[in-house]
Amino acid sequence: MAQRYQPVTARRGVAAGWVAAVLLLCLALTPLVVLAGVITEGKTGLVLGDPYVVRVLRFTLLQGGLSALLSAGLAIPVTRSLARRQHFPGRELLLRFFAVPLGLPQLVAVLGIIAVYGRQGLINQTLLQAGLPQLPAVFGLGGILLAHVFFNLPLAVRFLLARLETIPAENWRLAASLGFSSSDMFRHLEWPYMRMALPGVAALIFMVCITSFTVVLTLGGGPQATTLEVAIYQALRFDFEPALAARLAGLQISLCALLLLLLQRFSLSVALAPRLRLKSVRPDVRASRGLVTDGAVILVAASFVLLPLAGVIIDGLAADYARLAGDPQLWRAALWSMAIGTSAAALATLTAAFLARAIVRSSGSGAQGLRMIGNLVLLIPPIILAAGWFLLVYRHLDPIEFSPYAVILINALMALPFALAMLEPGFRASFQMHDRLADSLGLKGTKRFTLVEWPVLRSSLVLAFLIAFLAALGEFGVIAFFGNQELVTLPLFLYQRIGSYRFNDAAGIALVLLVLCVAISWLIERPPLPRSRA
Amino acid sequence: MIQPLLQLRSVSFRYEDMVMVFDLEVGKGEFVAVMGPSGSGKSTLLSLIAGFEAPLSGEILWEGKDITPLPPAERPLSILFQDNNLFAHLTVFTNVALGIDPSAKLGPQDRQRVMDALSRVGLHGLEQRLPGELSGGERQRAALARMLVRRKPLLLLDEPFAALGPGLKMEMIALIQELKREHGFTILLVTHDPEDAKAAADQTAFLHEGRILAKRATKELFQTTDIPELSDYLG
Repeated sequence: MAQRYQPVTARRGVAAGWVAAVLLLCLALTPLVVLAGVITEGKTGLVLGDPYVVRVLRFTLLQGGLSALLSAGLAIPVTRSLARRQHFPGRELLLRFFAVPLGLPQLVAVLGIIAVYGRQGLINQTLLQAGLPQLPAVFGLGGILLAHVFFNLPLAVRFLLARLETIPAENWRLAASLGFSSSDMFRHLEWPYMRMALPGVAALIFMVCITSFTVVLTLGGGPQATTLEVAIYQALRFDFEPALAARLAGLQISLCALLLLLLQRFSLSVALAPRLRLKSVRPDVRASRGLVTDGAVILVAASFVLLPLAGVIIDGLAADYARLAGDPQLWRAALWSMAIGTSAAALATLTAAFLARAIVRSSGSGAQGLRMIGNLVLLIPPIILAAGWFLLVYRHLDPIEFSPYAVILINALMALPFALAMLEPGFRASFQMHDRLADSLGLKGTKRFTLVEWPVLRSSLVLAFLIAFLAALGEFGVIAFFGNQELVTLPLFLYQRIGSYRFNDAAGIALVLLVLCVAISWLIERPPLPRSRA
Repeated sequence: MIQPLLQLRSVSFRYEDMVMVFDLEVGKGEFVAVMGPSGSGKSTLLSLIAGFEAPLSGEILWEGKDITPLPPAERPLSILFQDNNLFAHLTVFTNVALGIDPSAKLGPQDRQRVMDALSRVGLHGLEQRLPGELSGGERQRAALARMLVRRKPLLLLDEPFAALGPGLKMEMIALIQELKREHGFTILLVTHDPEDAKAAADQTAFLHEGRILAKRATKELFQTTDIPELSDYLG
């Protein structure tokens, strides 16, 4: 019997995807194995019997919980006012700015917060001139919460607003026609819809905040205000106690796994903040009623998000750029940042492309397995990856030679879930639209790629690359582990300038980073690039 | 002529590039079908009457009084859309009860009114269901029950049968006609289907590109040959 023709389409790229997945699995699990190997070194004993560990754990949960409550809670009135007021000038711009804090290097944001709320900040200077008492210091729990709300309130608002946008237009009209008062509207419409999204949003913020490193390192400090991640960093970089670090890491991973299980129940995409439609018709809102309240709420929220950005800009403009530009160290840091960002983004995008290609061509369980491996890093916080690779590099390899590779690798791993979420829909579309047609025309190899796949995938590949590059550009935690005299990126350089009290230089570098990141995130926020030149 | 119940006088509205101008008179107790191709401004007409959109100029009169300054809730009408006439997270009972008073707590009399209205539209026993647990026809009936408890004299129906099959559609039309007889409603029914107009309405208005070209007795309109746009539309 003659051999029957087997369609190749369905299987193409699946094997390559699995090779990438296995490689990925090894690279992500290596640090865990390394940490597990040192967990019994030195003194033994129960992890939770150590009062230091317990205190750190308690503070981690406390600040995470309060950050989530504050961010999600404050988002409710802000969302409501923003949803009611569809037409004020600058609304779209403001909502775009609400996407900025997440894309901002955390160190830059922290500088912005100090510029506004710090001892010499905008608010204290105003209070001083008015003869009023000063704000409490921005360090410690208060400062950490302030920074976390700054990052996460806009995120929560975008999630809740997206949920309100799912209310059918007819429902708003009905509400108007039935004569709902503002509180009826909240009780019968706004709150039920927001309530559906709130647990997931709060859980997501909690998760983000208990793995927050930079904010806690800079605004916290001292044994009173240390989280697990900062404690791991200190245990490795300063005290070199691998066993303690490994135990803390074990705790942190268990905590994250538990939370991810919870998050899955809310079926909330961890990877991407929702895109907003930006327009709803609200015949229930009368121009005058509630205008003052809505206006005040929006103004306060806008100031809260925009002031720290303004702070970075104002302080940054006062920097001496001529001197900065003559500093060879700065140029070296910029070069490292570009090199690491580009390599990490390329690696992440390429790996994600292999995975996505295999996912859309696999059956249910195969696709799920690949997707799970791609998202694995969400389970392992970057600081844990950094800690494991740090131990490996510093104990068994040449740190100067291998540190840059470790930094690139971890940055790529961190960006992978986001790149994958970006790419999968594009690959699916390409697969569904063109695969059979291309097969029937006999298109193969590079011709098939340039003619059929690239035009469809170009925009999502570019987006995935940009997102990964943006994340790597502002990344501070991993470089804090691996940085040395040879290897300094822009964020680390910034941190060193703050550490040596050269605030003028720091402000200048922060502004440069801010401009770069805002430019990139606006490229990302833009409507998708045109598919092809028609 | 006696004063019409509802009157639109040169009510104009701009949607993108299209400028619409509506003139219309509806007498008390009339059942008027508003028919026309998609994009001719049928739903916009209802939105203007309901107060969801504000006209550029012109006035909408109710019993001779200008109602254009009134917000939707203070106009003498109820509206029924094709979909989403119920709040998806509230029970059928609550959805209907919102028609009495969205803010106040209901007394026993009000609760009875809600139950009566539900029985009248054939939803007895389904009051604790969520809208998602009802069929499309049942959801529209629940919305009709809310119109009953609201006791507003004018019903605006915006393609309410478009998602229903032919059998259900005829049932709904029959039900609406019964309710009209019992309560003396005046009804505007937007539809793109000539059959709906023939089955339900004693008057039919024909819309084309934002103008009402004719409003006549339904039978008469369908025999009209002097309006080329209408002949094109009916084919």
